[in-house]
Amino acid sequence: MRLVEDFPVLVVVVPLVTAVLIPLLRLLRRDLGYWAALAASAASFVLSLFLLRGVLAHGRISYWLGGWQPPWGIEYVVDYLNGFVLVVVSFIAVLVAFYCKKSIEAEIPSGRLGVFYSAFMLLVAGLLGIVITGDIFNLYVFIEISSLASYTLIASGRRNEALTASYNYLILGTIGATFILLGVGHLYMVTGTLNMADLSHRLPELYGSTVVLTAFAFFSVGLSLKLALFPLHVWMPDAYATAPSPVSAILAATSTKVGAYALLRVMFSVFSPRFDAEVVPFMSILVVLGSVAVLAGSVLAIAQRDIKRMLAYSSVGQIGYIVLGAAMANRTAMTGSLLHILNHALMKGALFLVVGVVVYRTGILRIADLRGLGRKMPLTMGAFTVAALSMIGVPLTVGFVSKWYLALGALEAGMWYVVAVILLSSVLTAVYFWRIVESIYFGEPVAEESWAPAGPEGAASASGREAPWSMLLPTLVMAGLCVVFGIATSVPVEVAHRAADMLLSRGL
Amino acid sequence: MSPFSLFTTEYPYLFYIVLAMVGFYAMIAKNNLIKKIIGMNIFQTAVFLFYIAMGKVEGGTAPILWAGATRYDNPLPHVLILTAIVVSVSTTAVAFALIVRIYRAFGTIEEDRILERKRKKGELP
Repeated sequence: MRLVEDFPVLVVVVPLVTAVLIPLLRLLRRDLGYWAALAASAASFVLSLFLLRGVLAHGRISYWLGGWQPPWGIEYVVDYLNGFVLVVVSFIAVLVAFYCKKSIEAEIPSGRLGVFYSAFMLLVAGLLGIVITGDIFNLYVFIEISSLASYTLIASGRRNEALTASYNYLILGTIGATFILLGVGHLYMVTGTLNMADLSHRLPELYGSTVVLTAFAFFSVGLSLKLALFPLHVWMPDAYATAPSPVSAILAATSTKVGAYALLRVMFSVFSPRFDAEVVPFMSILVVLGSVAVLAGSVLAIAQRDIKRMLAYSSVGQIGYIVLGAAMANRTAMTGSLLHILNHALMKGALFLVVGVVVYRTGILRIADLRGLGRKMPLTMGAFTVAALSMIGVPLTVGFVSKWYLALGALEAGMWYVVAVILLSSVLTAVYFWRIVESIYFGEPVAEESWAPAGPEGAASASGREAPWSMLLPTLVMAGLCVVFGIATSVPVEVAHRAADMLLSRGL
Repeated sequence: MSPFSLFTTEYPYLFYIVLAMVGFYAMIAKNNLIKKIIGMNIFQTAVFLFYIAMGKVEGGTAPILWAGATRYDNPLPHVLILTAIVVSVSTTAVAFALIVRIYRAFGTIEEDRILERKRKKGELP
């Protein structure tokens, strides 16, 4: 069947076309924009599920755009690694799109809703494009598409600081993307190809060349900026703290994960572990950077008074885990790292969605004001508690699973100090999450008169203080999955194992 | 390669490095938001120059069928950079839109004054 063969390109094209159609659809009926965004993300999710199933059954899927053969034409590739990431990204997109309706109407002026959903779809299309493309110049283009969409989404926040946060992100994001473009140029100069698979065949004999080394340097700095690896994370806390809540949720859950995916792709598929052994000990550098990120992110998170900013700094630490696991370059650690892409997306997504609910109902952003909310919003705060426990790494939650694999991988690699880093950062995470959980349930609540709800209904109904179900449901689903995948680990672990094997064995 | 070839034949790359550094400096060090964007454009233009220089073949002409043309420049980097130019234009447009809104919100486009104003409103520690 022709249509099934076109699934890889449809995953990207559906949200991309929807982004263009939304302003037109809104002329017909005002809320069509929302439904179109929801339908397009759902379609992408279903398509990526089919793709992942296809990959698990038949192996690598390759799609030739316009029917041009790969080294010359653009190729879309789905393998174990990006099939997995595609499902994660599109699933989060569906949940957040569903959640958007009430939340975003409360947080941004209604005149801008059309532009908002357009930009949202553009972001999803960009992220899915980064993941699925097998062409390195295409990677740059999709990175810029998703970045441009995130700049607008962040700037759509009500607070004025959202504008400066978005501007700073634009400057740093452009530096990062331009570095990636320079890296692409250097690679093209020596190899004459842009196809990733082709590059991985041609590069090994050129490893001695300074041009390749320069390209590698540009890639590593550019991608580290994009995924907010520790010393290059400065744009992130402001951006996450000032963006509307659903935007923070989708950026935290998918955008940096896709950055991490791109880093893995370039480090292991385009370059190979051999490059590390023969030219620059980049993995050792990444282990150090990752460890510093894990600890620094947690310490900085403890110092925050604003809940969103705290979650953002905690993301800096969690990205450290992903990089750390990849840098240890053995099967177990790599599995942990890949699992953490899914797990952190679920945990951090759930936490940001909870914050969105709290903002909708009460307008609270300061951590100190959260106390006593456990009695008023039991379901929401239950979701928060589950996700927080998962962040700490309590057994039976997803956080434990990825940390377990990371620690085992560290022992396998003989890096016992990484285990110490993981344990120490878990303790630090417990410090900044547990004080919140404790004050939620045992604190004396603040006066409701001081609330400034973002939602139109706000605190109006005294009986039902939970958020509307359209916001509550995605939050509970994400928090619930933190537990489900913490117990039924076999499915994600199986996929992650295969992806890890593929990345490590491809010492082409 | 003689030591002077950097100045005789490789000069576009030399120029690209100087231009990129100028732009990069302006992006990082300038205080005025518009000047940062000017720096960003210089930086990106440097990269365009790098790609265009890369596609040049000695003695080649534009990749169009001319009478008597025997060698052509590599068209691919030129096409790639066309895409990058579009990206750069869009980024600049988004940046300008943001600057307009920043000016409306804070009444200035000098970074230090914006920080000052935020501090006054108690939004920064």
